Amino acid sequence: MEYLLLIYGNESAMLSAPEEASSQRHAAYMAYTEAMKKAGVLRGGNRLRPTSDATTVRAPGGKQSVLNGPFAETKEQLGGYYMIDVPDLDAALAWAKRCPGTAHGSIEVRPVWQM
Amino acid sequence: MARASYGKLVAFLAARTRDVAGAEDALAEAFASALAEWPAKGIPRTPEAWLLTVARRKLIDAARRRQTGEAAAPTLLLLADELADAADGDAPIPDERLRLMFACAHPAIDAGVRAPLVLQAVLGFDAATIGSAFLVSPAAMGQRLVRAKNRIRDAGIPFRVPEREALAERLDAVLEAIYAIFTEGWSDPAGTQARSRELADEGIWLGRLVASLLPQEPEVLGLLSLMLHAHARRDARRGARGEFVPLAAQEPTRWDAALIDEAEGLLMRASRMKAPGRFQLEAAVQSAHAARRRSGRTDWAAIVELYDALLRATGSVVVAINRAVAIAEARGAAEGLAALDALQADARLTQYQPYWAARAALLARRGSAGAAAEAYRRAIGLESDPAVRAFLQRQLSYFT
Repeated sequence: MEYLLLIYGNESAMLSAPEEASSQRHAAYMAYTEAMKKAGVLRGGNRLRPTSDATTVRAPGGKQSVLNGPFAETKEQLGGYYMIDVPDLDAALAWAKRCPGTAHGSIEVRPVWQM
Repeated sequence: MARASYGKLVAFLAARTRDVAGAEDALAEAFASALAEWPAKGIPRTPEAWLLTVARRKLIDAARRRQTGEAAAPTLLLLADELADAADGDAPIPDERLRLMFACAHPAIDAGVRAPLVLQAVLGFDAATIGSAFLVSPAAMGQRLVRAKNRIRDAGIPFRVPEREALAERLDAVLEAIYAIFTEGWSDPAGTQARSRELADEGIWLGRLVASLLPQEPEVLGLLSLMLHAHARRDARRGARGEFVPLAAQEPTRWDAALIDEAEGLLMRASRMKAPGRFQLEAAVQSAHAARRRSGRTDWAAIVELYDALLRATGSVVVAINRAVAIAEARGAAEGLAALDALQADARLTQYQPYWAARAALLARRGSAGAAAEAYRRAIGLESDPAVRAFLQRQLSYFT
């Protein structure tokens, strides 16, 4: 079953973190990604640019609107994602627990809709 | 059909498809077929296998009709089973009920719906019956159950007995669900509400089932011991006129000695495994109370120690209240009240009858008549059981 691990965290805290904390986090993510690859579960993933670079498109009633910023102002913002392929929810949760993002944010585990 | 068979068949089918509702429906259709055919053709030599074959056929047909990718893997498992059965048709159906219970009590399932799920999937109760036990409308309970079963299937909740590291924690959730079923049966210990009485029996039945499947797990034995102890006193909880009789006033001769003996045996086996836990501690408290049948007295100091450990393990408010009462018995009302006062910070207590009842009893013992009366009134206002209410009103009358 495919699952998306959505990594939410406080963007401004992360962007203003000191050099050392940042490089530690970077190294942790590298190791985590490597572990997923070696386990053969990784199907994709990316770090996303901050919400200041986001643009949101809507078309209520057919009237298109394009606005700067994320879809909503939230306390935690989507910072990145992984797509994994594992046998069941427990396996997905096990990977989510290992994600460095849990220390300062939340990981949402979402099953992909099977077609 | 025997209760044991129903759960086994649902579990076996659901474990392969992760679709509890689908398994229940297929089995219901298989039962309907049985009712139609068996009277005419006679009961098959292995009725369980017959039902399983028919139900499995229906599941495979349903999957083919849907023709989606997600059905493919489970369908293949079912087909593989068919082939295996053709080769060895008399093999007993493996008991997957434990795996089913672990799925029902998975952390991803809302805690409030785990016990109802177990009641439906393992024991075959309908939503209306379950709803009435948990004081929820049949429609609402039905909806919750459907949502929970969908979640098991769509989120990919596994049907698996967890590995060593996760087992203790996950098992606790299963045991909690069983205990919730058992305690629902206690709202009317006299059994005048037939349904409530049944649930206590169902709780014990499930406890025995898990104990037979996991005999080396001390907490499982602890839970069964706890339930048997409580059940042993069911006749003593009501007097001749149906009035409520608190534990301290109960006649040990009215306790079921055989059940207590069984409970003690289980607790002893569990303690030899040297892995204490919440249910063993609760059972030990019950054991201390039951000892009164031989010694004529209650070792309150030991009970306080047990509640100390329980409080450390669970942080539960119920435990804290029971502990305060035990402290009062062992060291005097003033100390008991001090322990209760320490709980005041919890806002939920204002709605919690046992807190006020305990407070009232301790205030009365300390001689604070006015405060005791006030506390009794609050307890009475929060109590739903008429017999307990009558008891509290009698206590109140001594102060007014």
